[in-house]
Amino acid sequence: MTQRINRRQFNQALAAAGAATALSPFGIVRAQSARLKVGLLLPRSGVQAGIGQDCHRVVQITSGILSDLGLPGLEIMNGDTESNVDVSRSRAERLISEGAQLLVGAFDSGQTTAIAQVAEQRGIPLVINIAAAPPITEQGYKFVFRNFPTAPMILGDAFGNQLEVFAATGVAPKTVVFMHVNDTFGQAMQKGFTGVMTKFPAIPYKVADVIAYDPAARDLSVEVAKAKATGAEALVMVSRLNDAILITRELVKQRWTPSAVLSMGPGWYEDQYLKTLEKLGDGPLSFVPWYDPNKKLAQQLLAAHGKAFPDISLNTNHVYTFEALLVAADAFKRAGSSNPKALADAIRATDIKGNVSPGPGIQFNAKGQNDKLKNSAIQNRGGKLVTVAPKDAANARPELPMRPYDKR
Amino acid sequence: MPVEVYFNVAASGLLTGLVYGLMALGLSVIFGVVRVVNFAHGEMMTLAMYLTLVLFGALKLDPLILLVPIAAVMFAFGYLLQAGLINPFINRPEHSQFMLLVALALILVNVQLIIFGPDAKGIRTAYSFDSFQMGKIIVDASKVYAAGAALVVAAALFAFFKYTLLGKAIRACADNYDGARVVGLNVKHLYALTFGLGAACVGAAGAMLMVVADVTPAIGPAYTLLAFVIVITGGLGSMPGALLGGLLIGATEALGGVLFTPSAKSMFAFALLVLVLLFRPQGILGRKAA
Amino acid sequence: MIARLLEGVPRRGLVCLAALFALLAVFPAFAGGYLLSVGFLILYFAFVGQAWNIMMGFAGQLSLGHSLYVGLGAYAAAALYVHFGISPWIGLGASIAVAALAGAVIGFLAFRFGVAGVYFAILTIAFAEFARIGFDHFRWVQGSSGFFLPVANYTRNDLWNLRGSPVMFYYLMLVMTAGAFVLCHALLRSRMGYYWLAIRESPEAAQALGVNVFRYKMVAVVISAAMTSLAGVIFAFYYNNLFPEQIFHISRSIELILGPIIGGIGTLVGPLVGAFLLTGLAEGMREAMLRLGIDVPGVKQVFYGICLLLVVVFLPHGVWPPLARAFGLERKG
Repeated sequence: MTQRINRRQFNQALAAAGAATALSPFGIVRAQSARLKVGLLLPRSGVQAGIGQDCHRVVQITSGILSDLGLPGLEIMNGDTESNVDVSRSRAERLISEGAQLLVGAFDSGQTTAIAQVAEQRGIPLVINIAAAPPITEQGYKFVFRNFPTAPMILGDAFGNQLEVFAATGVAPKTVVFMHVNDTFGQAMQKGFTGVMTKFPAIPYKVADVIAYDPAARDLSVEVAKAKATGAEALVMVSRLNDAILITRELVKQRWTPSAVLSMGPGWYEDQYLKTLEKLGDGPLSFVPWYDPNKKLAQQLLAAHGKAFPDISLNTNHVYTFEALLVAADAFKRAGSSNPKALADAIRATDIKGNVSPGPGIQFNAKGQNDKLKNSAIQNRGGKLVTVAPKDAANARPELPMRPYDKR
Repeated sequence: MPVEVYFNVAASGLLTGLVYGLMALGLSVIFGVVRVVNFAHGEMMTLAMYLTLVLFGALKLDPLILLVPIAAVMFAFGYLLQAGLINPFINRPEHSQFMLLVALALILVNVQLIIFGPDAKGIRTAYSFDSFQMGKIIVDASKVYAAGAALVVAAALFAFFKYTLLGKAIRACADNYDGARVVGLNVKHLYALTFGLGAACVGAAGAMLMVVADVTPAIGPAYTLLAFVIVITGGLGSMPGALLGGLLIGATEALGGVLFTPSAKSMFAFALLVLVLLFRPQGILGRKAA
Repeated sequence: MIARLLEGVPRRGLVCLAALFALLAVFPAFAGGYLLSVGFLILYFAFVGQAWNIMMGFAGQLSLGHSLYVGLGAYAAAALYVHFGISPWIGLGASIAVAALAGAVIGFLAFRFGVAGVYFAILTIAFAEFARIGFDHFRWVQGSSGFFLPVANYTRNDLWNLRGSPVMFYYLMLVMTAGAFVLCHALLRSRMGYYWLAIRESPEAAQALGVNVFRYKMVAVVISAAMTSLAGVIFAFYYNNLFPEQIFHISRSIELILGPIIGGIGTLVGPLVGAFLLTGLAEGMREAMLRLGIDVPGVKQVFYGICLLLVVVFLPHGVWPPLARAFGLERKG
């Protein structure tokens, strides 16, 4: 006897189908095959254009890697903050009104704060790629996440890595002179320096002098002369790219080779620096957020980056912008929807172990900060960069003291 | 602080001051004669620096030799700019001139950004890293060469204004506009010529500066301000004044930086400016307005 | 008093103004977050342009360092709020005082010593730069690492502490801009307004006629500075962070004078029209770039510069005077 659906069963089935249709509007059912709309806010013109454009490069290679990892695609909506806080805010609003479901940005702490406020007000998650000012994740925001170390974190790891380097090379300077650019990042690092150093009593050096210089300085001969006059053995630096080149030139011209250059910021490892100075650019150590060359995803990123941009080395800007996009895609997959609240909750629960930057992986604490990030020590060698610390994220041994400039 | 540090720093400040002085000379010529407030001065210098970069890349000649063609190109640029765009603005209120040149500066900076990108670019010459050392005194070689070139160009300009007929005609325009016209001088042409000369100065200064510094599109405004500070300090309408102003500002900033904190060294230049404006507004070597 | 204020203003003008105000008042009801943020910016620049206009348009002094007053006002109110919990409504008293003092110092130095024209402009730049570098080193307000105001949630509008939604700030700015407009109108109508006109046209003649040129120039400068500082207070509490490099920067000084110059110096409506046009133009260009798919940084600024150039060359007195003539809104007498 054939099984026939009786009326009751038929009605039930119909009801179920109807319910299913009602409960699954287009969006949710199709969520996984749609792409997440990500608003990417970076300073691509104005004074910070160089960095913003550098961060933006990584977008080209991201989709390939994400799909290799089985993660959903991202539709990137570009916003240029023009290095200006008014524009940042209105661009963020614009992108959200155009349908951005998640924001990534914005490198500059001031602009990022403006965007964070918009994100929080509108309930759209913001994943900060780069911005080191601590207050951003101290405001009690629920929608703002930062996968980048704060200045105190960078400092702490810098001291730890320095101890490793000193131990490995047997060179431990007794005095240093601390030069820093007098901008947001430089001052934040200088403020935290002495405080964080007390947590590392094994640090062998004393700071002979602190020399701050104007970020708009066209000429750093005075600063370097002052630094040389302190008679310190090594140079501790927080600078930007242009200053790093200027300072190195002055070091050569004023005939002073510090036993080590310990930089805790950008500049001394960048392509432009290495290309401009060639042999004279070897030796400086940079204690910065970096990638772990032993991690698989890092190697994947290196390969893709190398193919797309053969003349440009992978650096912090690329790594952390990539990781922010990675966080977005990963959260989208786990949330299963592009609903902002769901996304925010998913981001909060992020736990990506196979990432690019050193440390146990990407996860966020209650304030939205990834406080487990580790920073590396890299050294310029033969016009290229090698990672020398921490040991488990390294691929070379450090070399100190620096060879005198006039003997190169 | 060992004594030689002060000497080295002061020497360095004076040498760079000479190059800045040449740039300011261009502004002094423009402002002093044509009476146009050239708020795009720094951007013009950035343009000259990029030109130097391009020519150096193509011809591999030393920037101090390239300064001749660059000055020529900038002369043409300045002439056309004045004749074509700025001329109607001579008798307009200052804020109009200011707006015109600010708009121009904005266009220049962003065109440079589009063409050259935001990264700092520099030139490496054979002597980029040289320095002269005598005992404990160390002087930067490139600065010495650049300063020397600045002196040569400035001297040429002085000679032009003092001894040539054209130079005298231009000075006449500056001193007495109506009188000059009465006498039959083609004032419009002379103004354009003067602007061109000012631009040529800027061009030469830019070429020299490439020997000691790098260029990015964003550095223009700071140089504009510096040029004004130097011109006002040294004395408007006085060419030696512009050079003197350059030396003074260069030395002040350098010594201020060494004695106090370098991050505040610009404050000393501004303090000097304020003092000059208050107590000797015509500048150190300027003449009091009739 | 209201009658006196309204005397001589063409009926049509009043109707237009009323309509404009009404439109601006209901704007938030149908504008999304983006348009609201643009609206806020327009009002902000209209207000600060109006304040600058007092010094330039009324007293003829070209100030290129007005960001000084914005910054001083911002830091004063913010510091009192962060360090002592003092409401910005009280803190603004300090902002006004500090800015007025700075303006008075600059004015005194300039006018006593006969610094005028371009020299005055450079003097104002020098002071703004002074402040920029000085605040970079000012530890009490965190120097160049940035002064952050603690941010509360946005669901409650706390007008007393200026913590709240963008809509609150929009209305606040609207009231301030309208107030500035009325104040400037009253000032122009007053005896002082006529003295200013005289000083602007010919200081020597005015002096000869017994007008105390020095005093009235000073008043203009101080009023302008004080008003500008209020914009600074709003800025601090709207953006919740202050960096000397940004707030005292010369680009900010230039930005806030573009409006009145393009709109029409010395006119009342000029700053409004200028602010509206410029912000509208900037946003419009960003949209156009987006639609056309042009993603080259710097292109928008080039077009913006070209537009500025065209306005300056062809409309030397600004956009408003020809517009006013066209709509028959000119003031009689």
